[in-house]
Amino acid sequence: MSAAKEQEETKKLTLVQAVQDALRTEMELDERVLVMGEDVGRDGGVFRATEGLLDQFGPERVMDTPLAESGIVGTALGLAVAGFRPVAEIQFMGFVYPAINQLFAHVARFRNRSRGRYPLPMVVRMPYGGGIHPPEHHSESYESLFLNTPGLKVVVPSTPTDAKGLLIQAIREEDPVIFLEPKRIYRAFREEVPSGAYTIPLGELRVAREGSDVTLIAWGAMSRVVLEASEFLVKDGVSAEVLDLRTLNPLDLDGILESVRKTGRAVVVHEAPRNTGFGAEIATLIHERLPLELEAPVARVTGFDCVFPFPMTEEHYLPTRDRVIAAVRKTLDF
Amino acid sequence: MPKTIIYEAMTEKLEILAPDGTVDEQLLPPLSQEEVLGLYRDMLTLRAFDDKALKLQRQGRMGTWASTLGQEAAQAGLAKNLTRADWLAPTFRESGLMLLFGVPAVNQYAYWKGDEAGSLFPEGVNCLPPSVPIASQLLHAVGIGMALQKKGSDGVAVGFGGDGSTSEGDFHEALNFAGVFGARTLLYVQNNQWAISVPFKRQTAAGSIAQKAHAYGIPGLQVDGNDPFAVYAGTKAALDHIRAGKGAYLVEALTYRMQSHTTADDHTRYRTPEETALWAEREPVRRTRLYLEKKEWWDEQKEAALQEELAAAVEGWVKELEARPAPKPEDMVAFMYQEMPWHLKEQYEFLKAEVKR
Repeated sequence: MSAAKEQEETKKLTLVQAVQDALRTEMELDERVLVMGEDVGRDGGVFRATEGLLDQFGPERVMDTPLAESGIVGTALGLAVAGFRPVAEIQFMGFVYPAINQLFAHVARFRNRSRGRYPLPMVVRMPYGGGIHPPEHHSESYESLFLNTPGLKVVVPSTPTDAKGLLIQAIREEDPVIFLEPKRIYRAFREEVPSGAYTIPLGELRVAREGSDVTLIAWGAMSRVVLEASEFLVKDGVSAEVLDLRTLNPLDLDGILESVRKTGRAVVVHEAPRNTGFGAEIATLIHERLPLELEAPVARVTGFDCVFPFPMTEEHYLPTRDRVIAAVRKTLDF
Repeated sequence: MPKTIIYEAMTEKLEILAPDGTVDEQLLPPLSQEEVLGLYRDMLTLRAFDDKALKLQRQGRMGTWASTLGQEAAQAGLAKNLTRADWLAPTFRESGLMLLFGVPAVNQYAYWKGDEAGSLFPEGVNCLPPSVPIASQLLHAVGIGMALQKKGSDGVAVGFGGDGSTSEGDFHEALNFAGVFGARTLLYVQNNQWAISVPFKRQTAAGSIAQKAHAYGIPGLQVDGNDPFAVYAGTKAALDHIRAGKGAYLVEALTYRMQSHTTADDHTRYRTPEETALWAEREPVRRTRLYLEKKEWWDEQKEAALQEELAAAVEGWVKELEARPAPKPEDMVAFMYQEMPWHLKEQYEFLKAEVKR
């Protein structure tokens, strides 16, 4: 974290407030930064992530757009080419599909296809994941789509402090960043967040808890579930190390390997479907790089390979503390 | 309550130079003899540039090529109105226009031969690499037009599409955003009648593309796209409107794709010889030359001299192309991010080592 973190002034913020604070902070510092999307202006965003920005920065910099995801991302690309740094909001990840053509066919490829002439300093924010009991299409976790698309960076904060520092860094990146916000924990807790501008580099995981018996790897809302499991495991005398990845691409593989070298065991937890989920990639990387240092195969605790269920059964879909604990025990007993 | 009319619309078509070389003097734009000859020269340059690419492809010295044959007026007439402050978001069928805008021939030949580095255009030429996914680039032109408007720039962004592109959602999103935000954007559709094998009437039940502008609250105009004067005058009017800060504009240039969709296509499978013969009489170079000869500005001797000059220019471009160093395989991973992350570094080194063996 950059030096500004050391400053004394802090504010007690939720994760979604930290997102808003990051946007405000960076818009004050850099007039090229724009916010655009559905309901981001007058309404301040359906989760209030852009609250107050329209009043402070005006409609030229905070743009309520027509209701069209491809249009939002496609015009954001044009704005980025012509010198702005747009932060586009997709209201829910489940509604990003109309914009996939723009993201995959253009945003991810523009630097390469122009051989470096047109990098795209733009961020596409979207709330993702389950746990808030919404109607259909509001709970998806399809981060793998973006991770299988070279050219996009993928960031997922799980704390207010990380959300602010990572989002400011994402806006300052010269590459397009998909910024996934775990809406389940948008307001789950508050913490003291530095008031000024600070950044957290992309590609550096956070050790959320130190331990020696097993490495638990997660991101977004699952980081909280895993942390809870690790606290429970202490009672059984199991010392779990918890890694919150924070950035999925670039991945902090060194940080993962350093931990697994120490523990010899790993469990990857994500709420996305299992089949070709990012857990498969992480498990493979660990197996490829530490074949002789593992005490047990890397375990996965994931969502099921089904459509995300309606609210009355969604708690059975999402990985739980108990499922994580069961996977850890299996790994320890191997 | 009586019914009321909430909207009435009219869409104009501009035609100046007829296929027989006669002009409507009332509508003729005030171009000097030199400028008119310049337009003719531009069209022949595009034809030579295109013809060479087709030949190179047949000889196996070039990859797939999307011909612009027959669309020279639609591209040269617009190019004459563009400045260095403007931006282009072209499709794969704007090679002629890109050439006139300042994208070197060698870059374009290299792109179609299969070298991504062809799309690294010179500084100061504000042209995006040609876009293949249909209609997607129109939104980029709208975004750039929004940026130019915010910056108070003199420039205009031009987004390109064909008749097929107007069926895609992005076409409609682009017009809609352009209207809502007052983007400094010209949406320019070359309606060449065919989207590979599908005729225009299968893209829309509407009589024209230009009239669709009404639905988005921006002006639209159809021009005879095989008439360099109509294209020039029509796009000039549209660009003047945009440059004056009055918002976006849709122009449809009615033209004809005289070649197959690309060199990988065979248009005789779906078009009749009668149809192509009819359009051969309407093509732009022929009618412009008839006009020039009537004005006694042109003759066989001048034509021969120009053709000889263009043949030499084209040979020069081919020499440039063939003198280009081959692309490095490891470069396929080198331009993905500002800094190569560890996984790409590994893949970069792997490719480099493999190529060495």
